[in-house]
Amino acid sequence: MKYSIFSLARNALTYHENWTQAWRSPPPRREYDVVIIGGGGHGLAAAYYLARNHGITNVAVLEKGYLGGGNTGRNTTIVRSNYYLEPNAHFYEHSLKLWEGLSADLNYNVMFSQRGVLNLAHSYADLDTYSRRGNAMRLNGIDAELLLRDDVERMVPLLDCSPNARYPVMGGLLQRRGGTARHDAVAWGYARGADMRGVDLIQQCEVTGFTRNGSRIDEIHTTRGTIRAKKIGLAVAGHSGHVAAMAGFRLPIETHVLQALVSEPVKPVLDTVVTSGAVHFYVSQSDKGELVLGGDLDMYNSYGQRSNLPPVEHAVQSLIALFPCFSRLRMLRTWGGVMDMSMDGSPIIGKTPIDNLYVDCGWCYGGFKATPASGWCFAHTLATGEPHALNAAFTLDRYGLGRTIDEKGGGPYPWVH
Amino acid sequence: MMLLTCPHCGPRDVTEFTYGGDANARQPADGASLEEWNAYVFLRDNPRGPHDELWQHTAGCRRWIRVQRNTLTHAVLGSAPASGGRA
Repeated sequence: MKYSIFSLARNALTYHENWTQAWRSPPPRREYDVVIIGGGGHGLAAAYYLARNHGITNVAVLEKGYLGGGNTGRNTTIVRSNYYLEPNAHFYEHSLKLWEGLSADLNYNVMFSQRGVLNLAHSYADLDTYSRRGNAMRLNGIDAELLLRDDVERMVPLLDCSPNARYPVMGGLLQRRGGTARHDAVAWGYARGADMRGVDLIQQCEVTGFTRNGSRIDEIHTTRGTIRAKKIGLAVAGHSGHVAAMAGFRLPIETHVLQALVSEPVKPVLDTVVTSGAVHFYVSQSDKGELVLGGDLDMYNSYGQRSNLPPVEHAVQSLIALFPCFSRLRMLRTWGGVMDMSMDGSPIIGKTPIDNLYVDCGWCYGGFKATPASGWCFAHTLATGEPHALNAAFTLDRYGLGRTIDEKGGGPYPWVH
Repeated sequence: MMLLTCPHCGPRDVTEFTYGGDANARQPADGASLEEWNAYVFLRDNPRGPHDELWQHTAGCRRWIRVQRNTLTHAVLGSAPASGGRA
């Protein structure tokens, strides 16, 4: 059913009791053209674009839990394309352009709000780095504005911009087209769009192993039976290393836990996303009124999707140092998600040592904003067997070939990216 | 809060330590192939379960130690001086 003002009015007449389910829950078939492992934003988006852009609809998405229950539902919902290096800049800018039309394309309100993303500069060196990044962005056709302290103070009046601030504010780099979106709605919108085009979404279906036949995978063993597929796409966020090990190869990835937390809801006080690279902290206000904050990784390998106190303390300290007026807010909820930290901080979308298995992994902190472009490029790669121009650089073999895409210049220590 | 047992100092808060990554990565010999170097520098087992890892007790004795820890439950399964072989 197409959602519109008319369907809303029609369903209002029956007290909203007759809305049809947004997607089916079919039993798995024995064989598909494409099976995507992982029913988060990226897997669902890939299934949607396989059907929409390539007409491939004999597709299943296998999800071990429920749709969007992993990192899609655990991130801080920030969307931006303020990258310095060319492959990242073009890829994330394509993603941002897809975000701008996503609600209309999916006929599903993802509540995309271009409230701006502001990176604070706390030193002259920060300002130099941001002017360099901003210029690179503008040369790549992406919007960027360099702000000085007075501009930042006008834009974010609650921020401590006084000369005595713990983290003095010198200015910042602003991307006005950045912002936030409703994370669950992104998974639900893509799920509904894929289902409407014939894709089978199979929940509570965990992959437990593979039958290899030379350099191909013949069968996928799951908790709901054995499934055969001509092509397999792996989009399992923090668990990529675990599933790759079942298939018999290793990835340049370590899994780390990243936490976020929200405060009690308050009236609108912060109408943009504020981040600080020096403090390593970011905050925005959700449409419900909660302040959504996040900071650093726990800094050690972890598959534990839960919270832990030291990073919570760091995030709260950072919040109060930057915004002293929030000191009496109570924190409502904390949680953790497990990140695919790649060895250069950039993602991998492409071929693997197994002929009919493709990966979409290594999203580090940045998977949510990438969802549309990731799905777009992964669908292209699965459909044609070759990368799209936008993910041609994100190969698995780039590491050994010296073609890493290291935005931070941090080297092969995934927990520093 | 996670406690790590330093073999020199006893159980201490994890915030006293700095992480050093997979303890089983072994630097290849001179003249090793590109594949061996790629595997050493970039590829990881990244297990969901017991993991051998290096830590430095930076806010304590400053010595490097080798810890075996379950990456899913965060249970610490053993620790030893880094030079002393397996944890």
